[in-house]
Amino acid sequence: MSEARTSGPPAATATGGSGAEPAKDAGSTKDAGTEDTGNRPGPAGGRTRRRTPRALSLLTSGVGRLWLLALLIAAWELGTRTAGSDFYPPPSQILKALHEMWFSGPAAHLFLTDGALEDFRPSLTNLFSGWIIAAVGGIVLGLLIGRSRVAGAMLDPVLNFGRSVPPPTLIPFLLAVLDLGTQLQITTIAFGVIWPVLLNTIEGVRGVDRLQLETAKVFGISGTLRLRRVILPAAAPKIFAGLRVSLGFALILMVISELVGGGTGIGARLTLAQQSFQMPEMWAGIVLLGVLGCLFNLVFHLVERRVLAWHGGARRNDA
Amino acid sequence: MLQINELSHSYGDHTVLRTMDLRVGEGELVSIVGPSGCGKSTLLRCIAGLIRPTSGEVLLNGTPIDGVPDDLAVVFQDYSRSLLPWLTVRDNVALPLRRRGGSRAERRSAAEGALKEVGLADAGRKYPWQLSGGMQQRVSIARALAYRPSLLLMDEPFGSVDAQTREDLEDLVLQVHQAEGMTILLVTHDIDESVYVGDRVVVLGRNPGRIRAELPIELPTPREQITTRSDPGFVRLRAEVGRLVRGAAASGDPDDSDAEPPGTKTVSATTQDDATPDDTTPDDTTPDDTTPDDTTPDDATSPGGTADGAGVEGAVSGARGGKG
Repeated sequence: MSEARTSGPPAATATGGSGAEPAKDAGSTKDAGTEDTGNRPGPAGGRTRRRTPRALSLLTSGVGRLWLLALLIAAWELGTRTAGSDFYPPPSQILKALHEMWFSGPAAHLFLTDGALEDFRPSLTNLFSGWIIAAVGGIVLGLLIGRSRVAGAMLDPVLNFGRSVPPPTLIPFLLAVLDLGTQLQITTIAFGVIWPVLLNTIEGVRGVDRLQLETAKVFGISGTLRLRRVILPAAAPKIFAGLRVSLGFALILMVISELVGGGTGIGARLTLAQQSFQMPEMWAGIVLLGVLGCLFNLVFHLVERRVLAWHGGARRNDA
Repeated sequence: MLQINELSHSYGDHTVLRTMDLRVGEGELVSIVGPSGCGKSTLLRCIAGLIRPTSGEVLLNGTPIDGVPDDLAVVFQDYSRSLLPWLTVRDNVALPLRRRGGSRAERRSAAEGALKEVGLADAGRKYPWQLSGGMQQRVSIARALAYRPSLLLMDEPFGSVDAQTREDLEDLVLQVHQAEGMTILLVTHDIDESVYVGDRVVVLGRNPGRIRAELPIELPTPREQITTRSDPGFVRLRAEVGRLVRGAAASGDPDDSDAEPPGTKTVSATTQDDATPDDTTPDDTTPDDTTPDDTTPDDATSPGGTADGAGVEGAVSGARGGKG
């Protein structure tokens, strides 16, 4: 888990040092709970903005960072122009390719070209289908396994194995079983990204405060009501951390599945550009994927902050 | 209404409660007090049906308890964990009412009513973590009230609030008890509190936990923090309970001699409550309180305000330190 989590950009902020926990805490739910709270300050403390002194904070604030970004792009432009290599087109050319390929469409289509619709639609459909399947599957399975001590203990080795298999290695197998195309891609994504959701849900469910469960018991809150109003919300912070990591993975696996599985999509377009030696177009694909990753992360962050507003508030108050 | 017959509980080899018998009448407010480790919480959990005792039985209105009875509510000490942080105060109070049926609007208005009763009429839309500790515990009490239990258990409910808030909450419990007439069992480690709140005080001893004594508290009923606490009767009872608890804490049978009627030596006994280390010396020898035995009544009434205040705080902080 830990190696997998840190490979995606969102992983580091989402779960901090808790990567090794699920395996360690297999036996005792109590430990999971206490370590969970112990770890919470971690991610919050990781935000550098609060710690930096005033002079630095100006540099790292919104404007400052944009300024730095502009400088880097300018340096990139200058460097690539001087080098004049076909493999490293200057950003201006990449931007032009980006614009021509995908964003020069009519205003009615949000400036998206037909090519954009053709490329984005399958990619994003696969990505979100796979991610949603993984999310639903991971949460449901996680709830079942997390609530049952026996199942948890028995399945622990299996889960550890499952999450340790690098998802792309399944593609050859899936290629043999499934046809090229959507089904293969969605399966790859769903299988690859279910693990962070599943393991985090299990951990979150196991870590529900004993007193909260006792309170539920005393006041006759049971069955689905308890699940919806006590267990799920209590596990939600962990589940969200898992979902965030999964979304990062999903993007990676989407591209890989398209690079290997061919057909349509942004990844396929990227391969095509590379094969036909259109370097600016290839780079445009890379830049687009990076932007998409940032965008997903941002939207996810906003949703999470809204849904888990209570969590942030309660945590601030504890400190 | 509540009957405990030969209740024993052990965790493995460790016996926590041994053959305990207790009866609580309808509408009674019983304080259970004892040193830490005397099995107070275990007893409460057995009554709540959260744990199954090793032997013996608990009868609620004649029916043996198996699982949590549906007309029983608990106010836990740790309000910040017992209240659900993702629900508003009103939803926290209203959630248990699902079991009682009724429309959403009815549940909400019942919750609002209970919040009003504990003096939090305006806090319904807030989240628990936006309130102070004392207010959060009020929410817990409101949740229990809205549930309309016939038996309310309180597990060291004021153990983690400051002294002033604690007094307010004690009065709230008395007020609620009077208004609703439910049976209340209040577990505490605070000797003053047990006497101030209770109709009857049950003192537990430890190793293993057992009932050491039961004392009826016959104090004038609308109790009031200042006057009740300076009442000679209160001072005497507090000393008596204090001695019993201390004897229980020392956990040896020889201390049973301390349980004799304290008579005139009450003042030195109360100071003994505060001066923790030297309780090997029995009664009189405490030098600080210089007043000889005969002046007891005066001492309890005239400078009573300050002296008692110190006593209360000493007991509170001492108890808290012991609890950890």
